[in-house]
Amino acid sequence: MNWKSRIGPVAFIFLLLLLWQIGVSRQSAAILPGPIAVLKGIVELVERGLLLKYIVASLFRVTWGYAAAALLGIPLGLAIGWYRRADMALNPLIQVFRPISPLAWIPIAILWFGVGDTAAIFLIFLASFLPLVLTGINAVGSIPTVYINAGRNFGLSHMGLVYRVLYPAVIPQLIIGMRITLGIAWLVVVAAEMIAVNSGLGFLIVDARNAGNRYDLVVAGMVMIGVIGLLLDTGMRSLEKIRSLRWGYSED
Amino acid sequence: MSQAATALTGRALKTKLRVEGIDMVFNRDGKTTSVLENINLDVADGEFLCILGPSGCGKSTLLNAIAGFLAPTGGRVTIDGEAVTGPDPRRIFVFQERGVFPWLTVEGNIGFGLFKVSREERERRIAHYIKLVGLQGFEKTYPQELSGGMKQRLEVARALAVNPDMLLLDEPFGALDSITRLIMRSELLRIWEAEKKTIIFVTHDIEEAVQLSDRVVVMSARPARIQQIVEIDIPHPRDISSPRYLELRDGIFEQIGLAHKV
Repeated sequence: MNWKSRIGPVAFIFLLLLLWQIGVSRQSAAILPGPIAVLKGIVELVERGLLLKYIVASLFRVTWGYAAAALLGIPLGLAIGWYRRADMALNPLIQVFRPISPLAWIPIAILWFGVGDTAAIFLIFLASFLPLVLTGINAVGSIPTVYINAGRNFGLSHMGLVYRVLYPAVIPQLIIGMRITLGIAWLVVVAAEMIAVNSGLGFLIVDARNAGNRYDLVVAGMVMIGVIGLLLDTGMRSLEKIRSLRWGYSED
Repeated sequence: MSQAATALTGRALKTKLRVEGIDMVFNRDGKTTSVLENINLDVADGEFLCILGPSGCGKSTLLNAIAGFLAPTGGRVTIDGEAVTGPDPRRIFVFQERGVFPWLTVEGNIGFGLFKVSREERERRIAHYIKLVGLQGFEKTYPQELSGGMKQRLEVARALAVNPDMLLLDEPFGALDSITRLIMRSELLRIWEAEKKTIIFVTHDIEEAVQLSDRVVVMSARPARIQQIVEIDIPHPRDISSPRYLELRDGIFEQIGLAHKV
């Protein structure tokens, strides 16, 4: 995108911020802090050295929980998808666990791990694990039979088939699933931090309200969550532009 | 040996493939469907054979059984006297749904089956087959950026690169536009002449079958049986307005039960 096509969206955001500021300044009751107050709040957080600390704390939890879920969940999902019997055996179990919100696990996480990082990481792990398993299963399921047959035709061994056909064929779908799941993990870290820990962006929001109704800091925390979520998604999305993967994302 | 001689003496050569009394019955949702019934067929080494029949008659099923992807419910397939029990790099299937791997470049696709040969040999063969199918300049291109005809040529090149005895082509040009299809037919004949492979070519296009093959196996509707085997005794390049060509073509049209009039 060049600067000309960007100027429209940027101008629109500024317009919305302006309307927000005007709307807030025209009435006296405290419904929402205005954008200037929020900006000041962000500056204050930076000056107190809290912003970076909390961002790092939240990213730390997401990284560990998500990485553990990816390392276990994706290979498990691929294996389940590859061996049809495993799919038949495990699918009902997965479907029972799937509708349980990760937040429903908060009491159990605290019971097992106490209040602290481990409980929060565990919650992120739980939130990411099943979506990644399902991503793996579905990715294998959608490999066209012709690719498998072609691989067999050229005399590939079972392992050869896994490395040279299965693995490259599922990568584009895995990246989409990983991107969506990272979004879920980021949603859950905020919720987990509201209950289980005393640092991070989720904690910031709860703490700012509890300690003197600092709604400017509440909204500042929300803005930072949004911005970081966007950056994470953009990072994952950039993987989809790799030339040897592009086939998986086109309409062709 | 010239092409003409191959066309005329195809059956006198040594038998490459023997299909003996093949039956294929599918069970789906408690319903049994008989797809192939008592198919018997001998194919000579180096022969170009077309299997012709209406869509959905089971000719692809027959080709899958020859390739070893499907085990027949009755009868057996032997190649060089050896029973077929599974897919084998000595006979490569060219898929109707474009089986080139989208995550590999043209080079990568052609080299896909060459994991047992040395690096130099692999590179030599890749270069040779890129040239044979006219894809020079597209070595580093991904299939997504190729036209339909180029993808199909790439798949043929990938198949030929492992030096198979047989090519099994399942309506390979079905998805191409009619002009590209004509070009691909003469390309395939040129490659067949150069590489001397046994080719089994499944199609529902009567003209295609008569233009290409030494013999045309005409299949009936499901359950498929062999209705007739027509020898096409015209040397290549074939004059498709010659009386003999028209006679053979119209004979097959009649055989299938179509008057050749629109």
